[in-house]
Amino acid sequence: MNRPEPRQDPQEPDCPVRLTGVVKRFGNTLAVRGINAALTSGTLTALAGPDGAGKTTLMRMMAALLHPDEGSVHITGLDVRTGSTAIHSRIGYMPQRFGLYEDLSVEQNIQLYADLKGIEPADRQAAFARLYEFTQLKPFQRRLAGKLSGGMKQKLGLACALMGQPAVLLLDEPSVGVDPVSRQELWAMVQALASDGMTIVWATAYLDEAERSDSVLLLDKGELVYAGAPAALTRRLQGRSYRLTHIAGDRRRLLSDALNLPAVRDGVIQGSTVRLIRAEQASAATLNELAASRGCRFELTSPRFEDAFIDLLGGTPDGHSAIAERMDPVSTTRSSMVECHHLTKHFGEFVATDDVSFNVRTGEVFGLLGPNGAGKSTTFRMLCGLLPPSAGTAQVAGYDLARAPGRAKAQLGYMAQKFSLYGLLSVRQNLEFFSGAYGLTGTLRRQRIDEMIDTFELQPILARSPDELPLGFKQRLALACSLMHRPSVLFLDEPTSGVDPITRREFWTHISGLVAKNVTIMVTTHFMDEAEYCDRVGLVLKGRLVELDTPDALKAKVACDDLPEPTMEDAFIRLVQTRDYNGDEQRRSPDGDSR
Amino acid sequence: MFAASIHRLKTLIVKELLSYLRDPRTRMILLGPPLMQLLIFSFALTLEVKNVDIAVLNNDSGTLGTELVQAVSAAQFTDEITIAYHAGTLERLIDEGKVLLAVNIPAEFSRKTLRDGSGSVQILLDGRRANAAQLASGYLNTITREVGARSAAMSTGDATPFPGIQLRHWYNPNLSYRWFIVPSLSGVLALLISLLVTALSIARERELGTFDQLLVSPISPTEIIIGKSIPALMIGAALGTIMILAGVLLFRIPFTGSVTMLAMALPVFILSGVGIGLSISAVCQTQQQAILGAFALIVPIVLTSGFATPVSNMPGWLQTVSLANPLRHYLIIAQGSFLKAMPATQVLANTWPLLLIAAGTLSFAVWLVRRRLQ
Amino acid sequence: MNHRVARRLWALVRKECIQVMRDPSALLIAFVLPLVLLFLFAFAVSLDVDEVAFAVVVESEGPAAQDLVAAYQRNDWLDVRIAQDRREVDEAMESGDIRGYVVIPADFEQRLRYHTSDSALQIITDGSQPSTAAAAASYASGIYQHWLSSGLAIPGELYRTDTPASTESIIEIEQRFWFNPELDSRQVLLPGAIAIIMTMIGTLLTALVVAREWERGTMEALMSTPASGVEILLAKIVPYYLLGLVATLICTGICLTLFGLPLRGSWLALLTLSATFLLPALGQGLLISTLAKSQFIASQIALLTAFLPAFLLSGFLFEIASMPAPIRAITGIVSARWYVEGLQTVFLAGDRWPLLLKDMGILALIGTVFIGLSIRHSSGTLDH
Repeated sequence: MNRPEPRQDPQEPDCPVRLTGVVKRFGNTLAVRGINAALTSGTLTALAGPDGAGKTTLMRMMAALLHPDEGSVHITGLDVRTGSTAIHSRIGYMPQRFGLYEDLSVEQNIQLYADLKGIEPADRQAAFARLYEFTQLKPFQRRLAGKLSGGMKQKLGLACALMGQPAVLLLDEPSVGVDPVSRQELWAMVQALASDGMTIVWATAYLDEAERSDSVLLLDKGELVYAGAPAALTRRLQGRSYRLTHIAGDRRRLLSDALNLPAVRDGVIQGSTVRLIRAEQASAATLNELAASRGCRFELTSPRFEDAFIDLLGGTPDGHSAIAERMDPVSTTRSSMVECHHLTKHFGEFVATDDVSFNVRTGEVFGLLGPNGAGKSTTFRMLCGLLPPSAGTAQVAGYDLARAPGRAKAQLGYMAQKFSLYGLLSVRQNLEFFSGAYGLTGTLRRQRIDEMIDTFELQPILARSPDELPLGFKQRLALACSLMHRPSVLFLDEPTSGVDPITRREFWTHISGLVAKNVTIMVTTHFMDEAEYCDRVGLVLKGRLVELDTPDALKAKVACDDLPEPTMEDAFIRLVQTRDYNGDEQRRSPDGDSR
Repeated sequence: MFAASIHRLKTLIVKELLSYLRDPRTRMILLGPPLMQLLIFSFALTLEVKNVDIAVLNNDSGTLGTELVQAVSAAQFTDEITIAYHAGTLERLIDEGKVLLAVNIPAEFSRKTLRDGSGSVQILLDGRRANAAQLASGYLNTITREVGARSAAMSTGDATPFPGIQLRHWYNPNLSYRWFIVPSLSGVLALLISLLVTALSIARERELGTFDQLLVSPISPTEIIIGKSIPALMIGAALGTIMILAGVLLFRIPFTGSVTMLAMALPVFILSGVGIGLSISAVCQTQQQAILGAFALIVPIVLTSGFATPVSNMPGWLQTVSLANPLRHYLIIAQGSFLKAMPATQVLANTWPLLLIAAGTLSFAVWLVRRRLQ
Repeated sequence: MNHRVARRLWALVRKECIQVMRDPSALLIAFVLPLVLLFLFAFAVSLDVDEVAFAVVVESEGPAAQDLVAAYQRNDWLDVRIAQDRREVDEAMESGDIRGYVVIPADFEQRLRYHTSDSALQIITDGSQPSTAAAAASYASGIYQHWLSSGLAIPGELYRTDTPASTESIIEIEQRFWFNPELDSRQVLLPGAIAIIMTMIGTLLTALVVAREWERGTMEALMSTPASGVEILLAKIVPYYLLGLVATLICTGICLTLFGLPLRGSWLALLTLSATFLLPALGQGLLISTLAKSQFIASQIALLTAFLPAFLLSGFLFEIASMPAPIRAITGIVSARWYVEGLQTVFLAGDRWPLLLKDMGILALIGTVFIGLSIRHSSGTLDH
């Protein structure tokens, strides 16, 4: 069973990860097309790129789980084709979904990986103590991994990957579905590891994480489009990032109009302001004109890595939402579309949602934020009728979900993070099913389906299964399905989890368009830049609604001397921490809140 | 209101049917194996005894022993005959499972028998194969009787001393086991598939997240259960029908009963299986639990149905329990409709328990789904 | 084997054991289902045909007919009721209330005495259940013939005894059923039930747990550690191997104490045989799961290639010799067949090593092929 260890490659001992002309095919598709890169020890490299760029394939090749078809991958000088056994004792790899045994306890997971990585019993106590201290998991060592919140699972996954002090640490999308506080903690841990000399590769959809890395490998369609320090890429955008402030009218409308200008490469909403990127060849005058015509202020701002990323990948799609434009405005005399009073949910002894009351106004984007396991999912599920409350009431469009569930449900559209579509049905059959489920018939049904196919450009993929589509298409299809019956309220449960920035922008363009038609949006998200799109944000902590305000007001709340201009992420972290957030050990609910 | 409900149901049914039939692989798994099993098992399963290997030790010097050996060798149920020369060999051959039975003809057998009928043959049978051994011993009895009668007739010239018996097997004159097994298998396999398919359906939607999607739509729990029942019913009934047709056309089994009555009973039967499957599915959280749960139920259902062995062989209280087993009632209907020209009243008498089981299990499934929402 | 490999294996084995203990559905299959199955095979399934519902239609009022009726009522195998009218019993047979009847015709005495007809009696059975029909027919005719031979009136021993079964026969048969003199089918079925249970634990459970590792993404994490593909497979085998052996012990214990099954061979032979059978059973489960990485497909394949064959083609319910040649060939690779044969021998006959060694040899061979194929298919990478 013991293979002879391959000899070390003498030529480049300094680069623990070396990719030379790497090509990988699956059937006829080229997943990775000729990538060259060398990563030096002690650096933190982010692997970024849109969905389907080949990030996971590349990670798996570095973990010696896939062999390249052409070229070579060397890890600590060993070829993955011949030295996989030796490589596996020198790397730590955390796959997507963390690779944990959910029916084993924290301690048992750690024990298992210690044995697998060959930690000698004598060294074990010290190694465990260090990992427990590092991840602060000590108090939870007897808890089953499946009962941990997302943030703690991520830490446990990291602890398992770190067993045996690997020379190379590979993390595949470690922060998907994890709240900002946990992300920040993870980030701090990984940086500490890099400064100890570990080589870390980190695949991510969060570009602020990429921005803080030592270097970035930017992949697009299997090709390496940028390699180097993130700052160098960001610098290219110098003088092209702007901010529009003091917007008098509708900021969403403004963004949409701006995105339609050829001079605008990218644009996002940040609270009450709009951030725009100017196309390289366009002059600033066009943007100036736009600002002047709307009577808002226009100022240059420092570029972010995200700006450069979007620019490099060809910019944001235009600001039209064809579907929203075709919809008739929601006509209602109601001032609020979602109402809950003293909403409470017990799971045995545990109170997941504790006396929550709020109203969502008609045509408002309302964000429900909170750390993993704080109870926001439970609250959200009660609001759309998936979970009966223990006490209190929830109403959608004036209908009580307990008394008139049929009427209430006919008013709401729902889209979940898994894009729950039927993989065994074709795209067209999915559309037909969801339209029928919401009671559309005859000509109207055909008309709506055609409309969706038309506006979301689904024609070429109608006969295919949603399972084989790229994430972006899946998301479009899921949105199309949830809009078929023209809901007046749209419930979005982490709708962009794990989705790349360009697809997310397209998604928010649609949301903005819907809001313009008076549709009410209720959303949960872990992306704080998306929380900026919300009119109001509710922060759920330990089952209670502790903050309810506009993003700007929340940011202002935490602004202080050492942080004069906090981001929404800063605001979230500070607000949570000031309220005595100690991990999330108290907060876990048995209903899958901690997915 | 009602029209809207019907429309939603139609949509659900189309969706379920598509998810069973659109993908060629799923379609194959659904339809291929049951039909293959019907073919294999129809040929394989028999309680008749054929191709039996036999050992013979003939120490007799007379003709009767030789005649007996020849008659046994020529018999329909035997295959290979091993001639042994020592009693120990016979015992070893049985011991090692090489032969099912051994015939030991002692010395002086012919002489003793023809003199005063005091000769006797010893037959050893392997009790590990109890069923085959018992049947083979019956065949062997007949053979020896014939041989004996022939030689007796030759020696005395006397014909049969007493009149015999006129034996008639109704419905199945040649007692073909296949005539019994094919109608029964059609029920077992159709139930197996409809139960397994429905047991997985809710559990799978739950794992994939689409079940939430259904629950937030205006579709009610009752509609979900009906919408899942009807497609499974259609598939199970279609499969059952194909297998019944195979029985008539391929295996040439006479169908003497009423097609209409069977066509009425089959869907009710499938529906009771669907109800059991959906109840399992609504209880289970994961597909693995649903699969294992379905297995844990299918085995007792088949064993207490009268498929492998008659219900009347079970202890009385277990016969009472098995009244809740849909397969038991359907097997009576299927066998009756094929072979016994079962009249409508009796089909009905066995159909209403099925209806009760279906109603009970389906309501239970609706209650389970609704309980999570209210 | 160096100590690191040993430790990795031990760690994986321990992990698997903890998972089994925490999984209610695994425990259901391993401990509850065996009980249910054994119980059903002990009580519900019986190949012994006795207490067959039977009718005697008496059309004759003569003393011989009455005496024959009495002989029918005295027997142990047929549950006889008396009827006067054929139509009445025809209906009962149609509905399945009786499985056959014998008609004693009005001119029975004449027929008997003067041979006015070829046959004195008519026996009608319900052929829709052929095995019951055949048994009932032979009991019914045996009673008649014995009644004849015993001088028209003397009650006594019946068919299936050491005395001549018929007056016509001059050859006396001395019949002995070895290993199972009472021909109690339970003694034959219970070993078969053990084989089914072991197949479910070995093949179905193994196939499901490996498929689950693929579905949940933990297989990927395992493969990125120094543990090799072979180690991961081995570690899957050991716990279910132990679970299987424990289940054998439990099942055997229950059979011996509650259901009166004799164990004529040794525990050593029983355990060696079961240990050998677990090789192909687990090997098949592993092979299924390396080919089908979803639980749904894996369970379908396991049902089709392991469970149903173990049930129907292993020879404990249906005689293999009677099957057509192509199907007999298929049963050769059904490992449960050889296990059943071995089990029945160990329980009923004793340690017959030539036979047991043959069975174990075949099982080991099938097991080696399955496990070898699984190892070939798990190369330690995700490439396929």
